[in-house]
Amino acid sequence: MDADHITSAKQLSRGDIETILDRAGVMADDPAAFADRHEDALLGVMFFEPSTRTKMSFAAAIKRLGGDIVDMGPVEYSSVEKGESLADTVRVVGGYADALVLRHPSEGSARMASEFADVPLINAGDGAGQHPTQTLLDLYTIRENAGLDDLTIGIMGDLKYGRTVHSLAHALTNFDTRQHFISPESLRLPENVRYDLDQRGTTITEHERLDDILPELDVLYVTRIQKERFPDEGEYRAVAGQYRIDADTLADAREDLTVMHPLPRVDEIAHDVDETDHATYFEQAHNGVPVRMALLDVLLGGDR
Amino acid sequence: MTDTELRVNKIENGTVIDHITGGQALKVLAILDIDGTAGEVVSIGMNVPSDRLGKKDIVKVEGRELSQSEVDVLSLVASAATINIVRGYKVVEKHRVERPETVRGILGCPNPNCITNAQEPVDSRFDVFEDGVRCRYCETILRDDIAEYIIT
Repeated sequence: MDADHITSAKQLSRGDIETILDRAGVMADDPAAFADRHEDALLGVMFFEPSTRTKMSFAAAIKRLGGDIVDMGPVEYSSVEKGESLADTVRVVGGYADALVLRHPSEGSARMASEFADVPLINAGDGAGQHPTQTLLDLYTIRENAGLDDLTIGIMGDLKYGRTVHSLAHALTNFDTRQHFISPESLRLPENVRYDLDQRGTTITEHERLDDILPELDVLYVTRIQKERFPDEGEYRAVAGQYRIDADTLADAREDLTVMHPLPRVDEIAHDVDETDHATYFEQAHNGVPVRMALLDVLLGGDR
Repeated sequence: MTDTELRVNKIENGTVIDHITGGQALKVLAILDIDGTAGEVVSIGMNVPSDRLGKKDIVKVEGRELSQSEVDVLSLVASAATINIVRGYKVVEKHRVERPETVRGILGCPNPNCITNAQEPVDSRFDVFEDGVRCRYCETILRDDIAEYIIT
């Protein structure tokens, strides 16, 4: 990988992705073999927004590599509450750790923070921008379940503000995929993501209804439509209801359809889907550990 | 001397920015951070008739020679502008603006949630492409009304 920092999925070439996924596969098979791989390595964790999976799986990953975390903790108990800038926070925490993980509500925060970091910095979500490590575990899950080439994928829900969508759509341009985007008109992909996909020579197809494309899909990637994106609750309910799936919805899908979701879900995937062979979202969440182990291994100099 | 040129005085030493898109002269001065407080003599002609542009603005700055990088930024709001460097009442250099690869600290990001709009010690930075600019941080693309986002 040419960069010290991982701020966007746009940095990742097919070769980079395959290196990390291959390494993740080896680590998933026998995590104990890597238990002292990065003994004493410290990962500085700065989460300015809530997280369960990303934060815990980064912690699990560094611990499984023999290291540990130093955690800024909740924003309200940190010096951010006293008005400390993100730039200063990164400079300080960078002195305590060998690598940094940042989640922040502003778009571009990770890119800016990386300019102040002397150690590798990983973007764990910047507002409605990017979430590249989620993408790596998504790609790992897709590769395990459906394969990354000759793939037909449908990405559904909040495509406008969904950072996991922006990162995944770009990363998939490295592979032979047909990307379908299913959303209400108001939550279609933003202009900057469209521009990048176009620059990569990718043709996308957009739908307002899932049943237009469902029978063709190898993978359906569902994302949450957030209430705060709508002017009133009534409109939210009307729109969100059209992008909710249950076991009946999937009756028209291919038998081997893989259903994914970055989680947390609210009610966009009914619990009866959990009992079907389509449900892959918990496996997807679990894959966060070996994939983040592999990424940390690369960034902490596993090759050297 | 044409009628148009007579509207503002000739300068002895300095820079004449000609062929500015009509109505954009104040934006040009804003980009160049020229507001008169430094005492320089500045003459502005706005919406004067032009064969090439229909109407154009023209700015003359006495006692200051603009560098190429300074004038390149003008391409964002005045892509047809020509720059004349004047010494002893004579035009000694004449060049056109060229689009720079990036502009720094000139434009504010239109995305209110961009980190460059927070209280952080960082200048805005935009990559320039054929028909617009793009925030280096949040990647928002700006194509229309670029001049509206000038912050200097």
